[in-house]
Amino acid sequence: MNLKALNKSLWAFHFNSGSCNGCDIEIIAALTPRYDVERFGIKLVGTPRHADILLLTGPVAMDMKEKLERVYAQMPSPKAVMLIGNCGNSGDVFYESYSLVGPADRIIPVDVYVPGCPPRPEAIIHGVVKVWQKLEKEAKK
Amino acid sequence: MSEGKTFKIAVGPVHPALKEPVQLNCEIEGEQVKHVDIELSQVHRSIEWIGTRRNPVQVVFLAEKICGICNICHTLCFCEAVESIAGIEVPARAHYIRTIAAELERIHSHILWAGVAAHELGFDSVMHYTWKLREKVLDTTEYLTGNRIGKAIVTIGGTKRDIEEKQFGKIREACNYYRQNFSRLRDIFLKDPIIKARARDIGILRRDDALSLCAVGPTARASGVKKDVRQDEAYAAYPDLDVKAITPKELLGEIRGDVYDRIAVRLLEVLQSVELIEKCLKQMPEGKIAYESKLAKVLSDVKQLKGEAIGRHEAPRGEVFHYLKMVGEETPYSWKVRAPTYNNILSWIPMLKGAQIADIPIVAASIDPCMSCTNRAAIADGKELGNEKLHRLSVEKTRSLKKGPGSERGNCN
Repeated sequence: MNLKALNKSLWAFHFNSGSCNGCDIEIIAALTPRYDVERFGIKLVGTPRHADILLLTGPVAMDMKEKLERVYAQMPSPKAVMLIGNCGNSGDVFYESYSLVGPADRIIPVDVYVPGCPPRPEAIIHGVVKVWQKLEKEAKK
Repeated sequence: MSEGKTFKIAVGPVHPALKEPVQLNCEIEGEQVKHVDIELSQVHRSIEWIGTRRNPVQVVFLAEKICGICNICHTLCFCEAVESIAGIEVPARAHYIRTIAAELERIHSHILWAGVAAHELGFDSVMHYTWKLREKVLDTTEYLTGNRIGKAIVTIGGTKRDIEEKQFGKIREACNYYRQNFSRLRDIFLKDPIIKARARDIGILRRDDALSLCAVGPTARASGVKKDVRQDEAYAAYPDLDVKAITPKELLGEIRGDVYDRIAVRLLEVLQSVELIEKCLKQMPEGKIAYESKLAKVLSDVKQLKGEAIGRHEAPRGEVFHYLKMVGEETPYSWKVRAPTYNNILSWIPMLKGAQIADIPIVAASIDPCMSCTNRAAIADGKELGNEKLHRLSVEKTRSLKKGPGSERGNCN
């Protein structure tokens, strides 16, 4: 795998798999002027085919499982997945639900977990930095 | 292209123009949308079903997770329903704190929406500007409740936190901030010729359509229906505050029911919320913030209730409605959540008919849809009625009808 392709700024695709919107608006908050990760060139893109990271929120509802797999498959390698929010990590309050198939790491491989309900934008930025470090480390191997 | 030939395009469920999973199946002829069909259920999380397996105090936390943006409204509705079954009297001060929290949430939600609408129109700089404005209300929310998004301030019988006299200054400061920035926001959204061209006479919802489709909230008010739970069935501290439903007539002098009107209504409501918060701060009475501060005592009071009740609240998107039935057990027998988007989503159909494909994102965003609130399943006799089950029931009924008269009731267990 050629990780040198990731030397430039990371582009992200946001996938909502049944989240309550809490994490989603915090992701946008991280991009907008107060936290402004766009100054590092990190931005949301309209299609998974342009993305380096998948920002995954939500506990993965049954209907979204297949779509999540398809979106993940559409992303070009090398790629990384960031799982944002408690419900995707563990199920959280919805753990006993009949219509959820999460935690998300049972469906696609997850690289960085960002817990919190919802995590603050700082935590999300920290997660992006972790992804970066991880990819850099792998590139040096 | 031959005359009258239509094509089908699907927008969603994963689509950059939609912030949440929902599928719009549009039938198009050239550039024109001829018919729209909506497919829900992508993000059904079975919250109501989980709610019937937990006690009311636990359900409050679950209700908060229905929606991340308007989490006060769901907890408030649920608590109202429990309080009315149990006959709990909420202290007046708690009513005021709830109202302030709810109005802060409205400011937050409307400004967030304004940014999303600007983004859908291609004005990303406006989106960044509005989201910068929004940070002030998030700071205030964090200062009052300890969290930016999940506020967790409403509980059964009152509130969890007090708003003290010394905290009033920061809230007033936030109110002044929005007052000062209002005219700028208004100029950006209502005077810009491009926004006017993209929003005027686009996605029209006529008044009679709004009434027959039971539209609620800003969507209905922008079409001239003076409907607002805070005005019609005032609850919490709203009876003291004299809320009037806002229509675009007050700002623009006419009502057209288009996207532009919906922008105007939401902007005016930001100002209205600022005024309501200031009034609340002035009139806030002294006293307790909850009828009982010990959670164990609250739990024992609400555990074995019998009866049914409703809770209503004017959320930023419209009326939220919770129905609760308790039959003397620890857990609710039935809990039904009807979120405003459930009503408003059908108004997409008259709005989008005749629109251009390029207008789909802004028209879809103009009702401020919230899918996480909307996706529900019917529950009958403790068994969930999903799509498959409903289909099976339908097949069974046909079968029983075929058997001849006398058995037409079918098997509906």
